[in-house]
Amino acid sequence: MKGDGVTREESPTKRGGFAAVGHGIDRMRDWWENAKVWQRYLIYIALVVGALILPAPAIGTFMSPGSDWTTVLVYPIGTYILLAVGLNVVVGQAGLLDLGFVAFFAIGGYSVAYYGTQFGWNYWATVAFGIILAAVSGVILGAPTLRLRGDYLAIVTLGFGEIVRITANNTDEIGGARGIPGIPHPPPIFGTKFLIDPAPYYYLIVAAIVLVIIFSVRLQKSRVGRAWAAIREDEDAAELMGVPTFKFKLLAFAIGAMIGGLAGGIYAGKAVFIDPNTFPFILSATILAAVVLGGSGNLPGVILGAFLIGWLPERFRDFADYRILIFGGVLVLMMALRPEGLLPSRRRKAELHEGTGGMGTMGAEVPGPDTDVSTTEAAK
Amino acid sequence: MLDDFVNQFLPSTVGGLVIGSIYALIALGYTMVYGVLRLINFAHSEIFMIGTFASLVTLLAIAPTAPFTGFALVGVLLLLMLVSALVSGASAVALEAVAYRPLRKRGATRLAALISAIGASLFLQELFGLVVIEWLIDKPGRNQASAPRFVARDTLFEIGNASVRLDQVIVVVAAILVMVGLDRVVNKTRIGRGIRATAQDPEAAVLMGVSIDNIVRVTFLLGGAMAGVAGSLYIMEIENTGYLIGFVLGIKAFTAAVLGGIGNLRGALMGGIVLGLIENWGAIFLGSEWKDVIAFTVLVVVLMFRPTGILGESLQKARA
Repeated sequence: MKGDGVTREESPTKRGGFAAVGHGIDRMRDWWENAKVWQRYLIYIALVVGALILPAPAIGTFMSPGSDWTTVLVYPIGTYILLAVGLNVVVGQAGLLDLGFVAFFAIGGYSVAYYGTQFGWNYWATVAFGIILAAVSGVILGAPTLRLRGDYLAIVTLGFGEIVRITANNTDEIGGARGIPGIPHPPPIFGTKFLIDPAPYYYLIVAAIVLVIIFSVRLQKSRVGRAWAAIREDEDAAELMGVPTFKFKLLAFAIGAMIGGLAGGIYAGKAVFIDPNTFPFILSATILAAVVLGGSGNLPGVILGAFLIGWLPERFRDFADYRILIFGGVLVLMMALRPEGLLPSRRRKAELHEGTGGMGTMGAEVPGPDTDVSTTEAAK
Repeated sequence: MLDDFVNQFLPSTVGGLVIGSIYALIALGYTMVYGVLRLINFAHSEIFMIGTFASLVTLLAIAPTAPFTGFALVGVLLLLMLVSALVSGASAVALEAVAYRPLRKRGATRLAALISAIGASLFLQELFGLVVIEWLIDKPGRNQASAPRFVARDTLFEIGNASVRLDQVIVVVAAILVMVGLDRVVNKTRIGRGIRATAQDPEAAVLMGVSIDNIVRVTFLLGGAMAGVAGSLYIMEIENTGYLIGFVLGIKAFTAAVLGGIGNLRGALMGGIVLGLIENWGAIFLGSEWKDVIAFTVLVVVLMFRPTGILGESLQKARA
């Protein structure tokens, strides 16, 4: 991407072992930028083929010896990736911290469950309706709150996530605390039946992920994506340059919500049963951790992050109890050592090292004698 | 419906004042840290949770067989508050040193700081749920832990159809006394002047010889101590706790801080009490299972119409 040229300089704050990894990634990135179209398509095809043979038992015995690998690939891994790509639109691209993302997942899931069981709607109609419903609720939540400062937004979205969960819990019409059982499976596509076997769901979710990724990349490279980047880096400047910041923030919210709703719809079609506890706050935090860990704003990074966060607790079941403890610790460490994540985009990394691209800096951050040099330079 | 409201209005008001005082005490920590650092200290709710356990452990060590009265009661109360305030204050200072200071030194973004705060919050919750609680009280950490009663539930006096109990009076009075004390510290002492100066203009404060690091530490200490006091009152009033106790209370206390105007100490008191009242009055109409939804809706509505809160934001009046 052209815009990245400006921020190509190496940041001086790279630390220890990360530097070598960072260098390798940079070389790959340079190659990718100069790669010919056919080379790129070859890689795309290789990735898709890789995704299709991923459920093979040979891979599964290593990746998840304790449980069925294909099931693990659908949930948590595939669902997390879908959710993380959605949250990445909000957090990574527009720079808005959303702590209630699970609400949209819940809305998509409940839409499929409720309209499927009560009214017998077609599965795809319920999924589409769930996506619309999620987008509408994203707009309803965003319209009054997106004018707020970034950190207020975080708490309001957190509150919204809880409102949705508690409302589902207290409303008997949608099952209350007992949830909704007997959600219909998706109808067959090309003769492939969706039943207990997780494989069709896996291919469905891969298709959804590929679609969403294409959508997300196209957006990022469009006027919308540039507007988001401008808002993320300096909202006031963007507004002065004529970017209708509020509209674009609302759009980011709605699109993120739609992807969340889609994930919820697919999940409900597989799970057969949902209840309010399927959608706890910790899931929002988990997806946020995935986005941040992988490198918010950079799709390959986000996907890697979601994959790791979905997979590691399954692979190392002995540590499953310590999952959230480790997440928490990793988040703190990451923010202290490598806030840009494992696989950051160059631009995002430069932003984070300059103290832009995330609601500005904290108060009381006056550079003192013991401050890193980079900070004082950035302040000039 | 209206009949219900008339009948339950006064008892609900009493309940609202009591829980509101606890919200207010927790809100102080959010408000002070936000005033100085512009950071939502998401892990503050866990500092409160730690405070409840400090009191619980102390109380279990005392092992009351019957409710205390007179001087013994005052002594036990003071002891619990002191222990909780110290433990919570120390935890808050440690939290700042581990989760926020490295970021501040690097000039990290507020987004990064908030994510670090969330991480610290999850970490502390799980640490208690998995290890610490079991080690402290020898019961499974994932369960609710209940505290022995040490204040008699005697009715002191009645207002209309509402009876006011001794423990309820203690919560409100103690909360107000502690808050008046904090207000004096922030407004009258040298260190308080440093806090206000830093909140107003950190750069100028540094030039005037204020040590920002010390001020930040003291801010966390004071905020943590308030959460500790809230924890001991919570143990006395609600009589049980658990490792997840902080989550909802934390959001509500943050709502209270925003409601009163974040960065504003007196606003936190007011916000806490107003929130407690609204939530309890609303519950008369909708049922108590909707309390949390009412509180979160209040947060959204306040932020929509008056994001600076009822009393306006400032740890120091002069901030524009």
